[in-house]
Formats: sequence, C-alpha cells, structure tokens
Amino acid sequence: MIRVSGLTKDYGVRRAIDSLTFEAEQGEILGFLGPNGAGKTTTLRILSGYMPPTEGEATVAGYDVVSESIDVRRRVGYLPETVPLYTDMTVFDYLKFMADLRHLPNGSDRVDETLEMVGMEERADGYIGNLSKGMRQRIGLAQALLHRPEVLILDEPTIGLDPGQVVEVRNVIREIGKERTVLLSTHILSEAQQLCDRVLIINKGHIVAEDTPANLQASLIGAERGVLRVRGEADDLIEVIGKIKGISNVQSKEEGVLEFQFAPGQDVRAEVARTTVNAGYDLLEMRPIGMSLEDIFLQLTREENVEIES
Amino acid sequence: MRNIWTIAKREYKIYFSSPLAYIVMLIMFGVIGAIFALNIINLTSNPFGFNQAPDTTIVTGPMAFLLVFSAPALTMRLLADEQRMGTLELMLTAPVRDWELVVGKWFGSFLFVLTIIGFSLIFPLILNSMVDPGIDQQLMLSSYLGIILVAAAFLSIGVSISAMFSNQFAAFFLAMGLLVILWFLIGIPGQVLFTGGEIFDYLNMNDRFYNSLNQGIINLSDIVYFLSITALGLLIGSVAIESRRWR
Repeated sequence: MIRVSGLTKDYGVRRAIDSLTFEAEQGEILGFLGPNGAGKTTTLRILSGYMPPTEGEATVAGYDVVSESIDVRRRVGYLPETVPLYTDMTVFDYLKFMADLRHLPNGSDRVDETLEMVGMEERADGYIGNLSKGMRQRIGLAQALLHRPEVLILDEPTIGLDPGQVVEVRNVIREIGKERTVLLSTHILSEAQQLCDRVLIINKGHIVAEDTPANLQASLIGAERGVLRVRGEADDLIEVIGKIKGISNVQSKEEGVLEFQFAPGQDVRAEVARTTVNAGYDLLEMRPIGMSLEDIFLQLTREENVEIES
Repeated sequence: MRNIWTIAKREYKIYFSSPLAYIVMLIMFGVIGAIFALNIINLTSNPFGFNQAPDTTIVTGPMAFLLVFSAPALTMRLLADEQRMGTLELMLTAPVRDWELVVGKWFGSFLFVLTIIGFSLIFPLILNSMVDPGIDQQLMLSSYLGIILVAAAFLSIGVSISAMFSNQFAAFFLAMGLLVILWFLIGIPGQVLFTGGEIFDYLNMNDRFYNSLNQGIINLSDIVYFLSITALGLLIGSVAIESRRWR
C-alpha cells in the first residue's frame, strides 16, 4: 500500500529526513514514533501529497506522490497535526464542502454517517469555532474518513484529547486499521504499543528501529529485571539472592527493595521466593519489570545522539 | 470545473457573513448613490441640463475608481488567511489542483462583485425612467462590460497577491499599491516621455476603461487586455501557491 525508498527532505540546509525506506501493507497500522522534530510530520506530509520530497520515491496505493499526486490524494485521508478547520463554518457545512471537493455522491448522507462514526452527530449544526480541542480533533478525523480512504494518514491523532476521547478515537482507528492501511505518528509510546501492528522509531530523520512492539521489546532486551520487596532491612539478602543460578546484578534500591537481572525466558521466581523465605525474610512482593517501549525508545534515541556527536 | 464551483460557492457565501464585505458594499452604494443624486440634481436645476442627457457612466465611472480600493479588501483574505490558519494544508492535500483553488477563490470574489454590479443596475433603471426617450443602451452595455472586465482584472491581481502572503493586511496594501500604480500612475510616463512612452500607454488600465469601454467603444484589444491581466494574475497566484509546497 505504501512504498517508500530513499526518501529525503531538506529545508534549506537542514535535512529533516534522510533516506527513509519502509513499507506498509493493507490492513496494517504502522506507527511512527519519535521525539519532536524527528521528521514524522515531514514524512507524513510527503505521503499525503502536500509537498514533494527532495530525493527518493514514495508510492501510495500504487501511485507516485509527486507525478500522480491527485490520484494519491483521492485515496488518502489525512489529518494534519494542527487540525486546520474552517472555524467560520458549521460542522456539517464544512464536511459537506470537503465531500463535494472529493465528488462524493450522496455527500450529505456520507457526512451524517461519518459524524456518527466519530460520535459528533449532535454537533452537526454548531460552528466549528465553538468546539473544544477534542471535538475539533474528531471533526478532523471525520474529514479524513469521509471518502473511506484506502490509506489513512494521521499526524498525532490523539493529542489534546481527554482520556475518554483517546479511547474512542483509538477504537475508531483500530476498526479502520482492520481493512485499510493506517499510518500514524505519535510521541506517546503506550499509544504505539496499544494501537500499532508495527512501529518505526525515527530520530533526527533516520529510522533507528522497525518491528512489532512485542518484538522490539524482546529483541532489544538482553536481560529482564525483577523487583523483590521484603519486610525490613534486606542488605544481607543481596548476597544470598546473587548466588541463585541465572541471577546477576542485584541492587538495593531502597529499604527492603531489591532489583535483580535474570536471563530472559528463565523462570527464577520459585527459587527466589524459596531462598528469601528460607533466609528468614517476609516476602511481600515479587514482580518482573519488562523494559517498556519507553526505555527502548530512550535507549535508541540516546545511542543515536551519541553516534552523531562522535 | 466542479472543484472551482465548490470553492467559489463557499467563498461567495462567506462574504455574506463578513462585516468587511458589507462595509465595502455600503461604501460603494453610498458613494455611487451620492454622485448619482448630485448629478441628477445638478442636471435638473440647470435649465440647459437636458441638452446633455445623463448616461450610465455616472455610475460605472466612480465604481471603477472605488474598485481600486475595494477589490483588494475583498481578496486580501482569500488565500492569505488559508495560510495563516493552516487550512491551506487541507486544500493542498484534497484532490484539488492548485490552479483550481486559485481560480475558485477568484471566482467567488468575482461573483460577489458581480452581485454588487447587478444591484447597481438600479441606477440606470431610474435614469431610464427619467430621461426621454431613455438612456443610451449601447453605452450602458459597453460601460457595464467594461466595469465587469475591470473587476475581473482587479480581483485577479488581488488574489495573486493574497497567495503570496499569510498576513492579509500586507496582501491588502500591496495589492492596492499595485492597482494604484496600474490605474493612476502608469499613464504619467507616457505623457512626459517623448519616446518609449508607448509601453506605458499600452499598460494604462485607466485609459482602456475611461476613454474606451466607458464611452461606448467596444474595442477587442481592450477586452483582450483585461482578460490577459486576469489570466496572468491567476497564473501568478497558482505559481505562488505551488511554491508554498516547496517550503
């Protein structure tokens, strides 16, 4: 559905993205994850037909984003990051206007249906200028969905929404992502983790990692960590726990709390529990702490920074 | 064509909810109405007045003058505001060609001015009922054709300037400055210079209206001139919008 190779964009002397190459298939939700200024918006703008790349090629639904831009735009629904809307129009008039530009037959019916999808049917006659940020976001999403596009490009789709709305919007995106291709950018890691089939981590215009959220977690973690909490001082326990096979790097974080590393795939819980109790401690809590996407992300982007500086 | 119509329709409607458009309308009808009334009073109080029957140029003449200032006011917002609000991104990612957007915006403003021009037909109608055997209809056709062509060209220049700015007031002043030059000042070098003045005479918009169309002379070269200016403005506007994509 989306094929990108060697995509590069320069703003003057500043290189915003540097030879990005990736693909996205139908029925896939691909997440673009990166800090602000990483090049997410630039990439999405190129794919939506807003601006041409400096170098490289990109096709969306089989059409070239530069030479067949109109064909691309017909098949893409795009929600820009700033959610631009005509604030002097009513919700219905605005969506009807966009539907007319897309030559949709039965535009009015389609507008009503789409408003229902995003849960805004009651505000159809209200002026966009009077809507809250979250509502505008949903109108922007409705605009992107009007023509039931093959490819949906969403730039930070849940930014500025309250938690309830975030859940709703994510459900809508998930539903669409079953049949169509969704490309979304976010800097919220848990969102990428929950929503995306595949994640591209982008930093300073480069792709630094690409995989499913689960695989990213698995492949990047050499070892897993666990936390152990006992009653009272636990300094003596450090040595005892450290002797268990497969456990290393035991540290005391605070009074009665130990953190340790263990090889992935090895279940050491029973052994740790037994040892702790045998050593005369009251075991209060024991749990693994998986490396979150957040940690991976920080690790990757930090490595990248070091690389560039050196 | 369909996209142009969709965009023009939206712009046309918005004028009717914009105070600025009403102010422009009010000033135009106020000034034209006053001049019209003064002319009538002057002619009726003058015992020899009816020897020189009034004609529609007492309407179209001042209207062309007023358009120098009101056309930029009507076009300043059209594309500059889209850039300021970020909605240009919406238009440039919709399946609409850049020139369709520009032509649609221009056409919306043109329809609005056509509405004003349409309402101003009330003055020739009044005039027609006052003079015997009625007004010079060929002159009316010619002067109204002239004012329509002038409006098309002025609005096109306004739209092209609006495409270059994100600040609508900058667009207003630049467009007005350009129109003042093309309407009032460009004729001066032709009168002063002994040689090389022809080019300025050729470009003189004012001359092509007041001394030609507004006197009942329908000259093909004048029509072509105004249409060319209109087309050029729309072309420059489209290029300006397209160049926005590269930044």
